Amino acid sequence: MSFGDFLLVAVLALPALGALLVAATPGDRLARMVGTVAAALTLVAAVALVAGRDAGWSGYLADDVAGAVLPWHSVDLPWVPGLDLRFHLGVDGISWPLVVLTALLTLLCCGYSLWRVPGGGSGRALVALLLVVEVGILGTFLALDLVLFFLFFEVVLLPMYAIIVGWGGDGTDPAAVDARRRAGRKFALYTLFGSVLLLVGVYVVVAAAGTADVVALTGGTDLSRNTQLAAFTLLALAFAVKSPLWPLHSWLPDAHTQAPTVGSVLLAGVLLKMGTYGLIRVAVGVAPEGARWAAPVLGVLAVAAILVGSLVCLAQTELKRLIAYSSVGHMGFVLLGVATLTATGIQAALIGNVAHGIITGLLFFLAGAIKDRAHSGALSELSGLRETAPRLSGLLAFAAVASLGLPGLAGFWGEAFAVVAAVEAGGALWTTLAVLAAVGGALTAAYLLRLLRQVTHGPPSPPVATFNPGLAGAELAAWTPLVLLALAVGLAPTLVLGVAEAPVEALLGVLR
Amino acid sequence: MSEPSLVQSVDNVALLPAYLAAGTAVLVLLVDLLLARPAATVAMAGTGAVATALGAAAVGSGPERRTFCVGVDCSYVFGGRAALVAALVPLLVLGVLALSGPLLRAGRTPVGEFCFLLACSMTGGVVLGAAGDLITLIVALEVLTLPLYVLVGLRRGSLASAEAAVTFFVVSVVATTLTLLGAALLYAATGGLHLERLGSILTERPDLLDLPLTTVAVTLVVAGLAFKVAAVPFHAWAPATYDGAPLPVAAYLSTASKLGGVVALLAVLQHALPHQVTGPVLALVAVLTMTVGNLVALRQRRTVRLLAWSSVAQAGYILAPLGALALAADADARTGLYAAALAYAVFFVLLELAAFAGVVALRPAGADGGSLDDLRGAARRHPWIGAGLAFALVGLAGLPPGLAGLFAKVTVVRSLLGGDAGWLALVVAVNAVIGLAYYLRVAALLYAPSGEVAAPAIRPARAVAAALAVATVVAVVVGFAPQVVLDLAGR
Repeated sequence: MSFGDFLLVAVLALPALGALLVAATPGDRLARMVGTVAAALTLVAAVALVAGRDAGWSGYLADDVAGAVLPWHSVDLPWVPGLDLRFHLGVDGISWPLVVLTALLTLLCCGYSLWRVPGGGSGRALVALLLVVEVGILGTFLALDLVLFFLFFEVVLLPMYAIIVGWGGDGTDPAAVDARRRAGRKFALYTLFGSVLLLVGVYVVVAAAGTADVVALTGGTDLSRNTQLAAFTLLALAFAVKSPLWPLHSWLPDAHTQAPTVGSVLLAGVLLKMGTYGLIRVAVGVAPEGARWAAPVLGVLAVAAILVGSLVCLAQTELKRLIAYSSVGHMGFVLLGVATLTATGIQAALIGNVAHGIITGLLFFLAGAIKDRAHSGALSELSGLRETAPRLSGLLAFAAVASLGLPGLAGFWGEAFAVVAAVEAGGALWTTLAVLAAVGGALTAAYLLRLLRQVTHGPPSPPVATFNPGLAGAELAAWTPLVLLALAVGLAPTLVLGVAEAPVEALLGVLR
Repeated sequence: MSEPSLVQSVDNVALLPAYLAAGTAVLVLLVDLLLARPAATVAMAGTGAVATALGAAAVGSGPERRTFCVGVDCSYVFGGRAALVAALVPLLVLGVLALSGPLLRAGRTPVGEFCFLLACSMTGGVVLGAAGDLITLIVALEVLTLPLYVLVGLRRGSLASAEAAVTFFVVSVVATTLTLLGAALLYAATGGLHLERLGSILTERPDLLDLPLTTVAVTLVVAGLAFKVAAVPFHAWAPATYDGAPLPVAAYLSTASKLGGVVALLAVLQHALPHQVTGPVLALVAVLTMTVGNLVALRQRRTVRLLAWSSVAQAGYILAPLGALALAADADARTGLYAAALAYAVFFVLLELAAFAGVVALRPAGADGGSLDDLRGAARRHPWIGAGLAFALVGLAGLPPGLAGLFAKVTVVRSLLGGDAGWLALVVAVNAVIGLAYYLRVAALLYAPSGEVAAPAIRPARAVAAALAVATVVAVVVGFAPQVVLDLAGR
């Protein structure tokens, strides 16, 4: 086992052991510190994964390699032969940025929990659950076995449910308790619906191909057209629930609104990416014929999501709910990129994924900070933030502008190039979709600017008037990395695209 | 061919587990009579159960043993599956004995009779898996069930308990009659009673299948056995009976007794009955069972009724692989389906026992299951027991961290897609979502703030807590190494 393979296992084992250790540590604060240390070590291991790659930044060429997935490191051990399940992990340029993003956001959430634990339960349990969620998400990104992928996909569900129901919402009055319980249940049932479809889809593929190895399956050469169509339909539906794709998105606004700040950050930042990553790696990779067949439908739904998401945002009156709905629109751009099935589109989707994780994570942190201070998220009760809390206001403006896709910041690349990819795809349908998506982009700008005008400008409203101008050290520590990353990815998109270019080329090589 | 000898040679090694089980019952009776000390009686029953399980494992580790043979047809075939069942049933009995601690200590239940009846029932379960002809099968199943009529009614002074006993008795007798009638008609049509002989006759002479008599006979046998596993539309007795019975007996009904029904069904399906007739019927029964069970469970307010309906739904998942029998391409594919059904049943009884152990631990000694609200906040008062119960419920829902339950569902779905029954796999999948709704409700209730109502202080019995701990640990272990169960079920 080389050092890289060891790191791969460590990335999963560290948070898992961390969660156990946190649960076993007696003191609440000490336990949270142990959890934060585990999350930090995980991030170190995740970043270090890039070091031991065989290839340089430009990578290998698709022509002279056999497989369409060439992991930098991989671990492949038998687990349950009776169910075609192998413990097969691997990391490549498509998954690595997401792995690092997950490790980073979890660390920030754990660190944030050192400072503030939302009411409802012990901080120790919250940190333990965050780490379990991290194991599930990282496992999903690293799995190179379809059944293992499904397994990790499911791991996330209940801990996230517990975070929403246990620590979410505002207040302990029966109506609030009921609201968050409903939101949690909706999240759990919707997501489980997605993952059981994934289970069926996975075994449709496994039964036909006789293997669950993603490396062997990518390209879909062994599968008949009908199998591919069936598999893609099931898998795409499963990932559409998770991403979420309109019209299967209705769990998202409730869950994001009711979840505690750290829950929302993880939900929006990386949980949704399990859907889009799965779509690229599993659905498109394993059933390319099905993907080509369904691409127009996927494209139309993605653009519908962009438009519906933006229009709904224009009418929102609640801060967190608005940001939650904005995710529907942003993920629409990502899905549009995937639907084009071109190199530009998939690259746009990958960088859009990462950018959305960074920016929306930041937005949810800021919204949580505002709600904690004002004890209200109603836009009508928030105004004049820049008068009383100029730093918070400035950060919110930065995040909102990044989210609307200003060139030079992270949000720009994904959205612009999704539209470009749709234009490049050609034909009346894709051109129309590109135009509509561009209109959606303009609407995105409209609702985010409306948000800024309402919250930051004008005379301070009574709740805002009591704000302290300063920011807590923990807040700064949690937000600064995200601000810097939004700038870095915006100025140097090659941070993501450089590693992703070769694997995307390889993937498209077998699609053609 | 020489004249078959009239004196049969009996392979006593093959019969060892049955001897041990029956011996346990006799010894329990003697100990109760001579020592008249409840602790000694329970200890005897427990020791006997362990001995039976060990004996079954020891005999089962060798090659298949057949005895009571007429020519090539044998009435007692102790192979891999028989060994699995003969080892599992005594272990479940052991678990149920542990759960009965508070009930027996409360003093209103006669300890000797309770243990004796349980040991008798265990004997039926041990023989059941090895039954090679229809009569042995039905007798073994009745030996498993008969003591339960009394056990269900053991809550003295409880009208619900008496009602439950009568319901169970009437339904069960009707079911047995149906199966017997089916067996008689099969004998009339084919002239055979041995399962394997029936199977070969029906394959060799397809014209027999066109006879209405054969169809009626097959239907009656399957319907009678479907009563025992509480499959829809033969399920109505289960919720009332579970709810009226003492909690440990309800646990026994939904684990060992249900396992017995499944094994009997598997035996007749695999060896005797034509799969092209039974497959579609079982597919329909499986779909109805899981859907009705899950939908009705959504509306339950009483703990044991909820578990009863959920156990009806789980029977649907067990039957689902058998629904693909008619579509499966070849004998290998069919063997996979039988193994999947048995594997699911093994995972299920483990989690179900843990769930009942959790409920028993959280209720006052000797009490019934109570309403769901009685469990509110229980996990905050008893973190370990609450966590065990929540783990079992999550496992029954088929989600991590209950990996045992997850792999159970995966096994079923995989076998269905391998058997070209994708639509049935989708039905199972959608039902898993409905199931989560109520399992999650109970699990969330355990962790809900208990509110202003002061809950009575309950000290969980040590034996019950131990049973819960062992069941949970085993569930965690097979959750990480499900291949063990898959191998055992596939033997």
